[in-house]
Amino acid sequence: MTTREHTEQLVGRGNREGAALFKEWFAELDATAKSGGLSAYVFVMGSLNEILKTFDLPVVFPEINSLQTAVRRVAHEYLEIAEDYGYSPDICAYVKADVGTQLRGGHHPMAQIPKPSITVLTNACNTYIKWAEIWERMYKTPMFTIDIPGTRQAGGQTWRGDPDFEADRRYVEVQLRELITLCEEVTGTKFDIDKFREVLTYANIMSRSWKRILELNQAKPSLFNALTDGTIYLGVANGLRGTEAGARYFERLVEEMEFKAANGIGQTIDEEYRLLFVGVPCYPIFRRFNELFTDWGGTFVNSTYLWFASGGSNRGFEYDLDDPLASLAEGVLISVRDAMDSMFHQNTVLAGMARDFDVDGIIYHPIKSCRTVSTGLADGRKHMTEELGLPSLFMESDMMDRRVVSEAQMKNRVDAFFEGLATRRRLAQVDTKG
Amino acid sequence: MTLMATRCFDEWRDKSLGDALVECRDMVESPEFATVQRWRDAGGKVVGHFQVYFPEEIVHAAGMLPFKVRGAPMEPNLADSHFGSYLCSILKTSLDLALSDQVQMELFVSLPICDAARNLAAIWGRNADYPSQILYLPQNPNSSGSVDYLEHEYDRIRRVIEEVAGVEITNADLSGSIVVFNENRRLMRDLYDIKRRTPWLIAAEDAYAMVALAGMIPREEHNELLRTLIPMIRERDAKQEDRIRVVFEGGFCEQPPFDLIRMLGRTCYVVDDDLLIGLRYLTQDVPTEGEPLRQLAESYIERSSYSPVQHDLRKPKEEMLIQRIRAADADAAILAAAKMCEPGLEEQVTYTHALDDEGIDYFVSEFEENMSSFDQLELQVETFVENLLFA
Repeated sequence: MTTREHTEQLVGRGNREGAALFKEWFAELDATAKSGGLSAYVFVMGSLNEILKTFDLPVVFPEINSLQTAVRRVAHEYLEIAEDYGYSPDICAYVKADVGTQLRGGHHPMAQIPKPSITVLTNACNTYIKWAEIWERMYKTPMFTIDIPGTRQAGGQTWRGDPDFEADRRYVEVQLRELITLCEEVTGTKFDIDKFREVLTYANIMSRSWKRILELNQAKPSLFNALTDGTIYLGVANGLRGTEAGARYFERLVEEMEFKAANGIGQTIDEEYRLLFVGVPCYPIFRRFNELFTDWGGTFVNSTYLWFASGGSNRGFEYDLDDPLASLAEGVLISVRDAMDSMFHQNTVLAGMARDFDVDGIIYHPIKSCRTVSTGLADGRKHMTEELGLPSLFMESDMMDRRVVSEAQMKNRVDAFFEGLATRRRLAQVDTKG
Repeated sequence: MTLMATRCFDEWRDKSLGDALVECRDMVESPEFATVQRWRDAGGKVVGHFQVYFPEEIVHAAGMLPFKVRGAPMEPNLADSHFGSYLCSILKTSLDLALSDQVQMELFVSLPICDAARNLAAIWGRNADYPSQILYLPQNPNSSGSVDYLEHEYDRIRRVIEEVAGVEITNADLSGSIVVFNENRRLMRDLYDIKRRTPWLIAAEDAYAMVALAGMIPREEHNELLRTLIPMIRERDAKQEDRIRVVFEGGFCEQPPFDLIRMLGRTCYVVDDDLLIGLRYLTQDVPTEGEPLRQLAESYIERSSYSPVQHDLRKPKEEMLIQRIRAADADAAILAAAKMCEPGLEEQVTYTHALDDEGIDYFVSEFEENMSSFDQLELQVETFVENLLFA
């Protein structure tokens, strides 16, 4: 096969296949809803697909459902229903769009969403707990919180062998065993350790691949847009974690990215400025939000979003199949803790990214809806600027609620930011020549 | 470890009940937190702990002052630029106390009560020259592993506090502190018993001030204050008035302004509430036998109150609220939430639907700790009360 033929086949394959898998996943949910089958509601930061897929439970990610209403520009319909029900305009709009979906009997633009037979969550986001309580009350079905103790102090993570780490790991393992018992009760199926190992094998392939894909984007020009392409990859990383289809998809995505890296094939625009993205994308104007940056030749080479919204899979933690449950406890503890760190202690993460990805600037996009992601960004940026001296832009809006998204104002801010970058670059060139 | 015998709040002593309560109110209402400075002036060290519950006994056992960080009624001029929009006020004013050196401490501890509070620990740590930690209280208290985990986590924070205090905290120290705090819990229960049974004897804002002092003076001193004033309150010659009895819900973290509590107290009898519930979170005495950290952990998991920031299958919050309303023989509830408080605002919806189902009247409101105008709110509350009285 010629390079040109390879290029035609490989480049963009991840996006095409990701979109197809995404549709298949929602078709499965639709069929489950219509047949009245079982389903598990889960979240992106610690879905525990590793256990749920062992029980063949279809997984529903309400965060993804909600963001899809924004991307499809119907979020306001769902938000209004929830606000009429009593929810404040000042709480997480993901929660409200989901409440709207539930109050509409599961009607969603992508599929009929099944009701939860069980809800599994971590404490990576406290709102997960409040959110799951809504279903617990609405449907009287069990919710199970896997409590993952996070980092106690900046830089104070502990690791295997440390008594504090082992205490945390034991606590997580006890909870995982209790979750397995609950899944057995809900599904009426006995836990199958061999199937569990198979699911873990697929999850290992995915984690290994995801880590590799993120690393490959250090290439110049960068290979994929962390904001737009990255969101497609994240969809598969979450919905199909622990499945053969998910594992194969990521192996093929690595193949695509390695090919692009080897042949110097970048994104669809000429890369002028390499950027990091901190926060959550602006889904109500997703395409145009991205264009605010790409119009200036700005490309997102990495983001904290790709870290925390993959539940910390970016670390590439691989489970030990000889001791699968203890290893799952360790992996979940380390990965979800890492997801939390990339929100609460994001400066350490960003300093590493800035170095490894040779970036020109950082875009902070705190959102009204999410205090988990947004609370520390203004202060983080202040310290980041002092420490790294990198240009950055701080721009608030929302990932769901178009009432707090002002596109014109954003454009002004982004334009000014790039003008600053251009000036900075010119001055640097003058200095070099001088 | 020898506990310091520093007294930080003498203003109430040797005064009539009315005058003593004025002193309590003034001390609590002031954003100066003068008692903490007095403690420091005497050479004492301070651990600031954020809302809601924190095992203060461990700090006390090290001879340090546990200070309840609960924001303040002030403008967060220094802290404002460290935060974006859409956040609750208590985060900003709490940090402001540290940035302005208004309250100095050796250690700050936040709790995983909400997404903002977890971020606060990191923000604090980036801006203070002393350690800032999170004490990870279990979010899955129904797990059979939660007590073991929490005992270890308490031991971890004990080690942190030992390092900061420069002293060893022995089990005997801890047991001694538990005795002091058990007395405090009993006295607080007595105070709330007065509120429930004879609310005309104690104004809402006075009871609040008496509780809030627990978070800013040594606990022995607080015990002395309660031991002195509670009998005086019981002996008060005050007449019962024809007011409706309400439960105030929504003060578990950010505190409503003092004037708002005062306004409610003028209009109705506040017979129970969740104001500063963290200071009263353990509902029974902590056993003094056995391993003290184990006993503290078990008490938290097995014998504690409720709040919107803890999920426990045994304590559905709407049922707990209804229980609180019934136990206090209240006519209605004030369902408040701090502005931008995600858990509070979310729980409010559940509460309203549950109270609808039970046919219990309620008034819904939002507040901010530094709001200063209550005219409209007072009018609304009065209308609500009149509707109930004359329905």
